[in-house]
Amino acid sequence: MGADSLEVPGLGAPPDTEWETVVGLEVHAELATETKLFSASPNRFGGDPNTHIDPVSLGLPGSLPVLNEKAVELAVRVGLALNCRIQPSVFARKNYFYPDMPKDFQISQYDQPINVDGWLELPSGKRVGIERAHLEEDTGKTVHIGGGGRIHEAGYSLVDYNRAGVPLIEIVGHPELRSAEEARQYVAELRSILVAVGASDGKMEEGSLRVDCNVSVRPVGSDRLGTRCEIKNVNSLRSLGRAVEYEASRQIDQLTSGQPIEQQTRHWNEDDGRTHALRSKEEDYDYRYFPEPDLLPLDPSAEWVEQIRQALPALPRDRRLRLAAAAPSVDIDHIALAVERSMDELALAAISGGGAAERVMTHIVQNLADGSGQLTSEALSDLVGMEEAGELTATQAKKVLAVLVEGGGSPQDAAQTLGFEAMDTGELESLVDSLIAEHAEEWSRFCDGDGKLTGFFVGQVMKATQGRADGKAVTQLLNSRRG
Amino acid sequence: MTAVEIAAAVRSGQRSARSVVDEHLDVIADGDADIHAFNLVAAAQAQARADEIDGAVAAGNDPGPLAGVPVALKDNLCTRGLATTCSSRILEGWVPPYNATVVEQLQNAGAVVVGKTNMDEFAMGSSTENSAFGPTRNPRDTSRVPGGSSGGSAAAVAAGFAPVALGSDTGGSIRQPAALCGVVGVKPTYGLVSRYGLVAFASSLDQIGPFTTTVADAAAVLDVIGGPDARDSTSISQPQPPVSHTLADGVDGLRVGVLAELSGNGIASDVAARLQAAVGALESAGARVAEASVPAAVYGLSAYYLIAPAEASSNLARYDGVRYGLRVDGSSTPDMNTATRSAGFGDEVKRRIMIGTYALSAGYYDAYYGKAQKVRTLIINDFASVWEQFDLLVSPTSPTTAFSLGERTADPMAMYMSDVCTVPVNLTGQAAMSVPYGVGDDGLPVGVQIMAPALGEPVMFRAAAVLEASL
Repeated sequence: MGADSLEVPGLGAPPDTEWETVVGLEVHAELATETKLFSASPNRFGGDPNTHIDPVSLGLPGSLPVLNEKAVELAVRVGLALNCRIQPSVFARKNYFYPDMPKDFQISQYDQPINVDGWLELPSGKRVGIERAHLEEDTGKTVHIGGGGRIHEAGYSLVDYNRAGVPLIEIVGHPELRSAEEARQYVAELRSILVAVGASDGKMEEGSLRVDCNVSVRPVGSDRLGTRCEIKNVNSLRSLGRAVEYEASRQIDQLTSGQPIEQQTRHWNEDDGRTHALRSKEEDYDYRYFPEPDLLPLDPSAEWVEQIRQALPALPRDRRLRLAAAAPSVDIDHIALAVERSMDELALAAISGGGAAERVMTHIVQNLADGSGQLTSEALSDLVGMEEAGELTATQAKKVLAVLVEGGGSPQDAAQTLGFEAMDTGELESLVDSLIAEHAEEWSRFCDGDGKLTGFFVGQVMKATQGRADGKAVTQLLNSRRG
Repeated sequence: MTAVEIAAAVRSGQRSARSVVDEHLDVIADGDADIHAFNLVAAAQAQARADEIDGAVAAGNDPGPLAGVPVALKDNLCTRGLATTCSSRILEGWVPPYNATVVEQLQNAGAVVVGKTNMDEFAMGSSTENSAFGPTRNPRDTSRVPGGSSGGSAAAVAAGFAPVALGSDTGGSIRQPAALCGVVGVKPTYGLVSRYGLVAFASSLDQIGPFTTTVADAAAVLDVIGGPDARDSTSISQPQPPVSHTLADGVDGLRVGVLAELSGNGIASDVAARLQAAVGALESAGARVAEASVPAAVYGLSAYYLIAPAEASSNLARYDGVRYGLRVDGSSTPDMNTATRSAGFGDEVKRRIMIGTYALSAGYYDAYYGKAQKVRTLIINDFASVWEQFDLLVSPTSPTTAFSLGERTADPMAMYMSDVCTVPVNLTGQAAMSVPYGVGDDGLPVGVQIMAPALGEPVMFRAAAVLEASL
């Protein structure tokens, strides 16, 4: 290696340097099993402290772990959904002292994880490499009382082992994300995948999805990675974005002022919007990993993995591609939003039932943010058809839609109930004619080409019909009367 | 009376379980002050259990193959409602909320737990002198150690406190004290007996097994405690044929190897002479005997003293003062952890935790733990080729007869050498047992070790029965 490669990317860079943020994420997701990873205690959020426990999850002397087959199945589902290679794996002990770890070691997977070498595709089409997705057990929860909530200064600490032994999958992505927004999209996509395959409920606020971010920066064009910092305690997509933004700018400021970045673990503080140093690399534990002698190596049969593959539901990416094919002119963000809201099936059915794709998607994106309720795809398709035929205005359609979401039924009935019957042409014609007669001055200006008066006449019609008339039809009528 | 005799008498109503238990409790009360085999004698519970068994017999129900048999349990086997200490201050006062699988199996077979026996702290030792509660003495000569780490269990059977005791064998901790106390001791194939509820020392080596006065009793107990257990992932999932049924089948035509690496250097001449006598007895019974060689076995002790401490350093991490057992306060949680462990563990346990922690550390793993695992594989491979030529192997169980209390406590290496003959079989997971075969020049018992390939217990017991009958 030349001296150049030892240089710190961006150290002492001039103020006008363009920077690139590099993010790699480690996501821990609690697997949605009935019981814990190695014992029969329930895997359930909440509960009175220390009620979901047993000799194994308390690590009592003499207790032994027995692997939960369902957790392995869910891990395989995740691996397949992330396009990983499923391989023979070995559990290992990760040794360190912490009061919320009953055995003072965590059973995890180390050099032989169950899933390796996969990828995840963002809605933009960018693929992000997945290094591994391995199984491990969760820890309990410790509350340090006094001393600012830190273990070394606390007056005393309380421990709840309900979470100890809950199965986790840790998904380690390559540092291929290039912005806070991409990091956010990655986690959102990963969460939809985990939920779609039934592996996890993906609730960040309950801690069933937890994100550690590795952030570094470098001048645009550099092919070397900068020194990274790991950010912990990021508990929502919003704070993920904020934390990455903050950390990147902190590192840029530091490098620009000529100070190298120290490899650290940092804590995101939601309240002050900053990251704070927890420990440096030198203070990191030596985990003394070694193969867990109480468990056998795990070697899922090819047949079993294939069965799981066959049973996998459609994944968000496939669903996006399918919907995009059915609605080719619709923006990809809207397609992604429909899938995220799990309304892609509804949209597809409505489109294939004859509804115009753009109008269907407009309703899904703009008018169904709170869910589709009782709305059927036939009703949505018919509603869009009525709009296309000029039987309903956009405003009316939105009101009809609300009725359908609330109580189901057909848009025809709903429109009738709301008094949105399309006016017959004769009625509209005579109304327009009488208005022309009533407003002779405005009419002559309209005939002289004053386009603003279109609005005036349409407004008069709407007023007279209490919005029942179709604005487009009125405009057409006005134009034809002008000759 | 032997266990088999007691069970027959109780099942047939000839004797009450209560009278059997009371008789043994009397022997314990008379003798254990000198021996200190027990950490705890559960007299009231034992009597209540005996009465239940007698009630079952009276009601016409069969209490099981070990009906009324008093059993002593090494104090690293979890017993619901009975303190389990591993002879360590750090667990003093801890009462398990659950029974080990073997305890359930024994109770379901009608056995009566009479107490918990002394041991080297966390099973680390070869003389039972590393107990936080004081040493156990050898009933054959109370100036001598009983061996270890299951010295309390071996002594309890040798002293007649109970016809059956269970111990655990990680590097010889059943076979060596059995030899030194002159009783039968069995280390079954790894995975044959569930480890659920055995407080772990070195998980990949630990195995539970019986002490008895006769080979038939050991077979009867093994038939009760062997078998699959869903709570132990390393337990062998196929049920095995009972050992008792083929005890009398003899050794005619069996190929028996005298394991050269464990039978020459460092073996006391009187012990070697007893091995020769045993070999002669097997030959007379029709076995074909030849010398066998497992070259890598000489590295067994070195590999063992890396692998076992490495696993122990992790297994014993949980004794941190947070959840159970001893807690010594400190100014913070980490300080409390350190204070608790400093006060709660004895010197030998601390020594092994340090060795094990070192062997697993970043930068040393490959040179120590990694290399020891490679040696283990070599030993397994060497044995595998020997099993193509032999059905059984024999060697001395211990290089010497029982040594004096205090003789080796100042020299850990001398103490570790006590396990030189027994350790290789723990590394391979094979079956082995020690059968008493006369006495040495000092009049103290000598044991012969019989080794069999994995799940070779039926053949191993046939040879043991032949040796027993030849005395």
